Amino acid sequence: MDFDLSEEQQLLKDSVDRLTAARYAEVKTRTSLMKSPKGYSEALWKEFAEMGLLAIPFAEEHGGMGQGAVETMLVGEAFGKAQVLEPYFPTVILAGSALRLGASEALKAAVLPEVAAGTLTLAFAHQEPEARFDLANVATTAKADGKGGYVLEGAKCVVLGGDSADKLIVSARVSGDRASTDGLALFLVDASAPGVTRRGYPTQDGTRAADITLSGVKVGVDAVIGDAGKAFPVIERTVQNGIAYLAAEAVGGMAALHELTVEYLKTRKQFGVPIGSFQVLQHRSVDMFVSVEQAKSMAYYACVMIDEPDDVERRRAMHAVKVQIGKSARHVGQEAIQLHGGIGMTMEYKGGHYFKRLTMIDLLFGNADHHLRELSKAGGLLTAA
Amino acid sequence: MDLRFSPEENAFRQEVRTFFQTEIPLSIRSKSIEGRHLTKEDMVTSQKTLHRKGWAVYNWPKEWGGTEWTPVQQYIFLEEMQANGVPPPLAFNTSMNGPVMIQFGTEAQKKKFLPRMASLDDWWCQGFSEPGSGSDLASLKTTAVKKGDHYIVNGQKTWTTLAQYADWIFCLVRTDPEAKKQLGISYIVFPMTSPGVTRRPIQLIDGGSEVNEVFFDDVKVPVENLIGEENRGWDCAKFLLGNERFGIARVGVSKMRVARIKELAKRVPGNTGGTMMEDPQFAEKLALAEVELKALEMTQMRFLAAERGNKSGKPNPATSMLKLKGSEIQQTVTELLMELAGPLAIPYANDDDEMIGHNEPPIGADWAAPAAPTYFNYRKVSIYGGSNEIQRNILAKAVLGF
Repeated sequence: MDFDLSEEQQLLKDSVDRLTAARYAEVKTRTSLMKSPKGYSEALWKEFAEMGLLAIPFAEEHGGMGQGAVETMLVGEAFGKAQVLEPYFPTVILAGSALRLGASEALKAAVLPEVAAGTLTLAFAHQEPEARFDLANVATTAKADGKGGYVLEGAKCVVLGGDSADKLIVSARVSGDRASTDGLALFLVDASAPGVTRRGYPTQDGTRAADITLSGVKVGVDAVIGDAGKAFPVIERTVQNGIAYLAAEAVGGMAALHELTVEYLKTRKQFGVPIGSFQVLQHRSVDMFVSVEQAKSMAYYACVMIDEPDDVERRRAMHAVKVQIGKSARHVGQEAIQLHGGIGMTMEYKGGHYFKRLTMIDLLFGNADHHLRELSKAGGLLTAA
Repeated sequence: MDLRFSPEENAFRQEVRTFFQTEIPLSIRSKSIEGRHLTKEDMVTSQKTLHRKGWAVYNWPKEWGGTEWTPVQQYIFLEEMQANGVPPPLAFNTSMNGPVMIQFGTEAQKKKFLPRMASLDDWWCQGFSEPGSGSDLASLKTTAVKKGDHYIVNGQKTWTTLAQYADWIFCLVRTDPEAKKQLGISYIVFPMTSPGVTRRPIQLIDGGSEVNEVFFDDVKVPVENLIGEENRGWDCAKFLLGNERFGIARVGVSKMRVARIKELAKRVPGNTGGTMMEDPQFAEKLALAEVELKALEMTQMRFLAAERGNKSGKPNPATSMLKLKGSEIQQTVTELLMELAGPLAIPYANDDDEMIGHNEPPIGADWAAPAAPTYFNYRKVSIYGGSNEIQRNILAKAVLGF
């Protein structure tokens, strides 16, 4: 048992921390980027590519670094700390996982090198308006065109990074009932393909998303990711990879927000003394610390369990991770705003940015309540005494 | 980063587990697992068995019978001990007074006391808290006045756990009433059979009397029973209180209890027709406790890993978090067992209480009888060993820098 980072991992952590801290040093950098056309910095995206960050989880033969969950965790933590807006989560983690875990060699070889090089952005178009957190609930249809290809019809919502992504990974049903885990398929679709309509918008946390309609969208046989009809496990694992990354991002955000809060309590004076001299505020900051540490532990646990081959074990673990992350994020976020007082309410101060992102992380891919329900239905976490 | 245990560590776990399951009588282990009362004899049997194996004082230096296990091995040992319901070595002997004697005692004192402490031939109890000195321990008033080659001890201690079994007491006493608070305190030891020592059991809300008041009325204690320097007893106290690190979260105990609740919940009828395991509200509360417990287990391992790099010998203040969160989870788990028992938790079925006749048929369901008493009893875990509010003070100061 060993929690130490290797030399390479430590180097990666230091350089990502340094770069993102420099590029996002000012709150106004973030607020002005939020208002820019793409909602993020293409220059910084290039820097990420040059540093190899966009290549981390992909195999070397696909232009990747062949690294794993620990490395993406380090990136997530740094990005959470700096509140990075660039579409790393939709492109590399979500869509990247779907391709990595589901696509044919040919498709991976065609797409992943471009992702790694920073010349192609992706989005994972899976969420539908009626589905809430049910991953199998897909109404979008894919009808075989008789020539090996498919025609897609349907609507997707809150597709993260979907407003500006070059290509979309779209889930659709080739057969089965609406909520069945059988009959699902994934397709790589050009965002500018005929029949794809996107309505982009900002999200509460300052990133971007899109609602997307698919109307008679034709896709060729080479655009099918894995076996049509058997994509549910890939979808599930994609989301689990997403949860592992979000856990790290949340931990980065929470730890930074907690630190900001403690600093504030030590400097803000009322009644002639720093308000941090009041025991009630000290104890509340300690409880925040406990929440952060518990979340950090579950982010590590996610790293341990993300490649667990047993589906049931992995599923239970990832439910547990998202429960803890959601609860900690809610607690730390709310307390941070309260302990800051008025300044915590402003967009001029970084605290509010953290709070909003942490709040949205809980709502992404199942909130704490959802995952707790699923975990208890699966028999809980401990299997053997 | 590799968060799995090494093959050697897994082999060690297996060795420890096999020993516990084959050498510690099942009759004793099932008592702890089911939350039933352990007798003095049970605890002595367990510690003597461990002692014969060389494991009772695993945390002591080798020359006094220790093992030189790594922090990870110690963790595995404790976890298996807790998971298998093995009564732990008496903390007053092995993790409190023993380490203090090893650190501050003279060679003669070590030779006289340590072997019998390790084997539990002497049962020790702790004389720290007083009626007026709880969290503010240094305000203690029990005095020891030197007269020739003796101290004369007068005063009162309270919350003295299992003093009814104790042969010896280690005690904080005031030897210099003029000195400021911490500076006039000494650490002395004496037999519980000394003339002038009297004990009054205190019945607790669980019905049992595990704690006592102990009164000292002109108790004569030879000066050679002073541990460390006179008036420097606070150093011993601080050392003792900071020494408890990784067992304190009692993750293994909570895991064992959760596993048992899950087994029971599959056969206890629920309110919605099925079993309690099929009652969504109960099942979700249980699942949440499991999540928090898993997170705490990982936290404990992270602190443990950090401990390997800690050569200062000083406790990592972050371990206060283990006490804080560990006690909350222990309390949640006892609460869940009581909720599982529901109406079956209501009968007061304490054989030791004079309100209940002896040799009568047992009242209520066996498994449910200890549920409410354990819940009542476990309110203590966020109070003793530095209350959770004191732990928050420590964390605020030492970790957050307030």
